[in-house]
Amino acid sequence: MEGDTTAKPETALLVLGCPQVPVQTSIALYLINRLKQTGFVPVVAGNKAANTLLVVADPDRHYLGEVVDLDRAVAQISDKKRDFDRCFVFIHNDAGVSYAATMGAISKAKLYAVVYGEHYEDQVKKIEFPCTIIAAKAVHNPLPLKKALDEVKPWAA
Amino acid sequence: MGCVESMNYEIVLRDATFKESRDYIKANFKEFIDVQPGFKVFDVYVIGLPPIAIGLDGDFVIFPFTKPCHGTFLLRVEDTEEAARLRSLKK
Repeated sequence: MEGDTTAKPETALLVLGCPQVPVQTSIALYLINRLKQTGFVPVVAGNKAANTLLVVADPDRHYLGEVVDLDRAVAQISDKKRDFDRCFVFIHNDAGVSYAATMGAISKAKLYAVVYGEHYEDQVKKIEFPCTIIAAKAVHNPLPLKKALDEVKPWAA
Repeated sequence: MGCVESMNYEIVLRDATFKESRDYIKANFKEFIDVQPGFKVFDVYVIGLPPIAIGLDGDFVIFPFTKPCHGTFLLRVEDTEEAARLRSLKK
C-alpha cells in the first residue's frame, strides 16, 4: 500500500461475475493459487452463487482466503474503508464491464480485466478505461484463458 | 444491496446494457445528473462506466442498478428528499 512502511503483503481482489460460464470458478482458483505463491493475499468478492461455488470446491481452504459479498466490497472501497493493490475483474457480460469500470474508478489497485465466454470479443470492445486485458474464448475449457493468464503473469512483480 | 428490495420501486428497463440504461435516461428525462461509479443513491452504490446518468422527474429518481447475472435495471423511486439532494448537486 502506498505510504505504508511496514512489510505488509500485497493484496489482490478477485471480482467474480455471474457464475453461469463454467471456466470462472476454475480460473479463479488457479489465479488465487498463483497469487499466493508469489506472496499476495487474495480476497474474493462475488455474489452468493459465485462465492459458494468456490467455497464448496475448496472446503479446507487450501486456496481460498477471505471471501466477501460483492456489494459489500464495492461499498467498502467506495467509502475508502478498504483498498487493494491489484484487482482482477472477471467479465463475460455487460455487467462485468460495468463492474470493471467501477473498480477502475473507485480503487487505486492495478486493474486487470479477465475476459472470457463465447462472445468475449464483444466485451473487450466495450473496455475503454485503463486496465490490462487478459482475454480468451473460453466457456467450458479453461485452458485458453489459463494460457492468456500465463502469458501476462499478473502475479509477478 | 438488500435495501433495494425494501424500496417501492418501478422497473423502467430490465436486463439492459449499461449503455442502453444511460441512453434511455438522457433520451427520456430532461433533468439528469452525471455521477461517478461508487456514488451513493439512496443506499445503493451505482455501478457502471463513467459518467453514470441519474434521471430526475419531479420527486422521482431514476437510477441504474446492476447485478452480475441480470445486467442493468433502471429503477424509478419516488423520494422527495433524495430528489432534492441530487438536484442540489447539479452545477
